[in-house]
Amino acid sequence: MATSIDNVFGLHENAMHLQSRRAQLLSQNLANSDTPGYKAKDIDFDATLKGLKNGSFQAPLKSTQAGHIQPKGYHQGAEQLYRQPMQPSLDGNTVEPQIEMAEFTENSMRYLMTLRIMSGRINKMLSAIRGE
Amino acid sequence: MSLFNVFDVAGSALNAQSIRLNTTSSNLANANSASSSTNETYRARQPVFATMLSNEFDDGQGGVGVQVLGIVESQDPSRMEYKPGHPLADDKGYVYMPNVNVIEEMTNMISASRSYQTNVEVMNTAKQMLMRTISLGQ
Repeated sequence: MATSIDNVFGLHENAMHLQSRRAQLLSQNLANSDTPGYKAKDIDFDATLKGLKNGSFQAPLKSTQAGHIQPKGYHQGAEQLYRQPMQPSLDGNTVEPQIEMAEFTENSMRYLMTLRIMSGRINKMLSAIRGE
Repeated sequence: MSLFNVFDVAGSALNAQSIRLNTTSSNLANANSASSSTNETYRARQPVFATMLSNEFDDGQGGVGVQVLGIVESQDPSRMEYKPGHPLADDKGYVYMPNVNVIEEMTNMISASRSYQTNVEVMNTAKQMLMRTISLGQ
């Protein structure tokens, strides 16, 4: 059978997680748009999602024994990168509110799209269960 | 769920920006409060913003908001104006005016209110995203 009930959502589950994580990161940038010295951060969404899909995502610390502990939250693969500013300001802040706002809006649209796909899958499963 | 952290982060920014608006309004209100000595003169107040450090107990996923470290008084010299007829004039006929730069305060006010609006927008969007998530599968 192509779809089993435990992976109805497939990749979209990971995508949703990353999108909500990214929403938080972008809101952080916007909140700090007037903080001197703050550097805008973002995650490479495509690369991270690809890594999660292929299972090739590398943990940040090399573990040679079973008891080694990875830093918490690494499994989401959200490695934070710094944004290259177009016009950095004199106080060392690299947040450009218009770019961050555009990214935030795009990200939330993608999140809503993921939600729509997920609810479509739920409806599909429900109609399969009911046999209507 | 990181979306809930958006409210904390944006909320901290709203708080910081409203403190900034507060100091601006205080500076503008006192822009013409004359006094008879340089020590008694009102000094322009500015908040100092800094990024909150995420504490070691969270999982590194917690958002870092903005905090106001404190409010500093400007160290620029007070403006001296020669007004011998003023009731607060000193024995040489000078009154001391606050070192408030009105133009600077106005730009500060615009910047603060725009940032406030942006963060309200962020909160609204996060709220919509969460509401849709809650109703998933219904």
